Amino acid sequence: MFDLSKNHFELFGLPVSFIVDGAALGERYRDLQRLVHPDRHASGTEQEQRLSLQQTTRINEAYETLKNPVTRAQYLLSLHGIDMQAEKETTRDIAFLTEQLQLREELEQARHADDAETVLDDLMSRISTMIKKLVAQMAMQFEDPTPTNLAAAREAVRKMQFLNKLLSEAESLEAELEDMH
Amino acid sequence: MALLQIAEPGQAAAPHQHKLAAGIDLGTTNSLVATVRSAQAETLPDEQGRHLLPSVVHYFADGVDVGYTAREQATRDPLNTIASAKRLIGRAVSDIKSLGKGLPYEFVKTDSRVPRIHTMAGDVSPIEVSAEILKVLARRAEDTLGGELSGVVITVPAYFDDAQRQATKDAARLAGLHVFRLLNEPTAAAVAYGLDRGADGIHAIFDLGGGTFDISILRLNKGVFEVLSTGGDSALGGDDFDQVVAEWIMEQAGIADDADHKVLRQLMLDARKAKEALSDAKSVDLDIAVPGSGRWQGQLNREIFNTLVDPLIRNTISACRRALRDAGVDVEEVQDVVMVGGSTRMPRLREKVGEFFRQPPLVDIDPDRVVALGAAIQADVLAGNKPDNEILLLDVTPLSLGLETMGGLVEKVIPRNTTIPVARAQEFTTFKDGQTAMVVHVVQGEREMAEHCRSLARFELRGIPPMVAGAARIRVTFAVDADGLLDVEAEELSQGVKASVTVKPSYGLSDEEITNMLRASFEHAEEDLEERRLAEARVEGMRVVEALQAALASDGEKLLNPQERRQIETALQELTEAIATSDVDAIDAQAKHVEQVCEFYVERRMNSGIQQAMAGHNINEFE
Repeated sequence: MFDLSKNHFELFGLPVSFIVDGAALGERYRDLQRLVHPDRHASGTEQEQRLSLQQTTRINEAYETLKNPVTRAQYLLSLHGIDMQAEKETTRDIAFLTEQLQLREELEQARHADDAETVLDDLMSRISTMIKKLVAQMAMQFEDPTPTNLAAAREAVRKMQFLNKLLSEAESLEAELEDMH
Repeated sequence: MALLQIAEPGQAAAPHQHKLAAGIDLGTTNSLVATVRSAQAETLPDEQGRHLLPSVVHYFADGVDVGYTAREQATRDPLNTIASAKRLIGRAVSDIKSLGKGLPYEFVKTDSRVPRIHTMAGDVSPIEVSAEILKVLARRAEDTLGGELSGVVITVPAYFDDAQRQATKDAARLAGLHVFRLLNEPTAAAVAYGLDRGADGIHAIFDLGGGTFDISILRLNKGVFEVLSTGGDSALGGDDFDQVVAEWIMEQAGIADDADHKVLRQLMLDARKAKEALSDAKSVDLDIAVPGSGRWQGQLNREIFNTLVDPLIRNTISACRRALRDAGVDVEEVQDVVMVGGSTRMPRLREKVGEFFRQPPLVDIDPDRVVALGAAIQADVLAGNKPDNEILLLDVTPLSLGLETMGGLVEKVIPRNTTIPVARAQEFTTFKDGQTAMVVHVVQGEREMAEHCRSLARFELRGIPPMVAGAARIRVTFAVDADGLLDVEAEELSQGVKASVTVKPSYGLSDEEITNMLRASFEHAEEDLEERRLAEARVEGMRVVEALQAALASDGEKLLNPQERRQIETALQELTEAIATSDVDAIDAQAKHVEQVCEFYVERRMNSGIQQAMAGHNINEFE
């Protein structure tokens, strides 16, 4: 049965794990879409169209959640009974927060630097490295989901949110600079 | 492939009936209709062999003219000749003021939020103008194909917002058409380009039409087109290029900007001609009528033209850059760039686009026709004529959807470039003690302040139980369907008080307005309306019968026990009998009955398909 209570991983026939085979996920997503998408049922009855819309919506939601490491981690935490207040939670790690402040200052300065692009490139690659490190940590924490590890994963999600936001601001600045040329 | 046969009701075991369907490119400057015949998509010409239909409607005392004849009236009778209605559709009176002084129409002051233009034939909205164009195209298709259309696919710019989409659908309804789907123009072009024929990878579609600009980045994977991002400007197009040329001429020739309508219209036509000529020639001679002082003669060469249009081209390139970034794709990964829309004939534009994407853009299909061709292919698929077709289009929301919160800030609920259909819920709370009502203001756009976004709808949730500030939990759910249309629902969770809207009234027509217009458009109102209702009920009833028969033939044996099957067949028999009568209500009632009886069966079929699709995979595979 197409069971709405199935979890997102089960829906795609994937193991419940932070490590997801991106290619398999994409392929199964497309396989399911081929079956349920509203375009496949455009000449069906009203009820069939409604059902198809519901199921496609559900599949899209599951796919979006699993694709992105932050939402995937949050979702895994919720399967472990930990409901994060998404963006309302923030880290109390002083060292991390101080580092964030510095990075933000660097971003502001990059705008006015003579070689803005080089400065920005360097900053972005450092942020990306930090994100990758956190993702790797989370993978290990979810492999062994003790309460301590889960708490650590939750903290990592909070930090990831900071870094992702910073990265997207850096990308906007990059686009702005490119537009000026 | 066996999987599809299960979930695809179009698999008719009954004699295969080809349904008539058409794709319509409702353009700013020109429109087209196309259809698939003998497995080949083609645009349909009028009696004089012309494929394009100028999107111009001329209103006169006792009727309307659409197309070439209407366009000829544009300079002679500008106030009654509406061109570029697509620029106005789904927009509010206030937007239209800012859209341009270039519009030579008399807007009527009205209470309705839909702008109306005063003409000799009465006041008309852009929706009605578009409906006139759609009617002519649909009639052309029906005359050519020799039968009634079961449905159409109408293309819209990917960057169209909810109000513009809704208004386009309203226009189709006014024209009496069943819309299978609103399809984004760049996606349609991708289909037409036959990117499905083996070119897996990332493609960019650059679509510059008369009044709109879209850029879409999509990934093709075994027949599935996944739109990764889309961007653009729903108010930038070839017309703007004409405008800058016209402004240059005015400056050179000393024509004031408050010159009368006819002069401005003529000037726009001259500017367009000059622009088009410069696609081949290095320079063009101008001979312009100047009010009061005779004529002005001069020359416009490519160098000057390029400096005039470069700022506009730069805007399109910035949008390409943003779209790539949103898609998370590097420019090197883009396999090809497809050019769509008449305005992409400009050599300067091709040069700049090629420079940015580091490859010459593809221009082999007529950029004017490519969208209509793609729409026709998709219409054929959606009509169920191609049950074993592998093409599937997964499109996205072009703009973020959100709510206004405290201080006029926007809280995004569905970010742009989210794959549709999609539903997202977000919880909000009250900010005052004892607050019992809450205004839900739905907006669309990327800006942080609600006032800078497009306001789509505003409704109120009442009856919230009085509590201290911050204690109530109000869940607002946004749902976007496969046409990109939005539905919003708000619910107070502790008591279950609900309020919902289908987002439409802001700039669209209300249901009542549509019904009234439909009624008015039938000269012999009552009779025709009855006949139409009967015809529609029969078509709908037959659709249910055919879909079910095909389903029963393919898997009735497997999924139903004899008693269930008998039950369904009896209901089906009753519906078939009702269709033979002329009793609309009986047909509707029986059709409804069939749907009820079959509810479990439809669900079983879809589930069985999914189960099969995933059966090959299980968790063990990974261990």
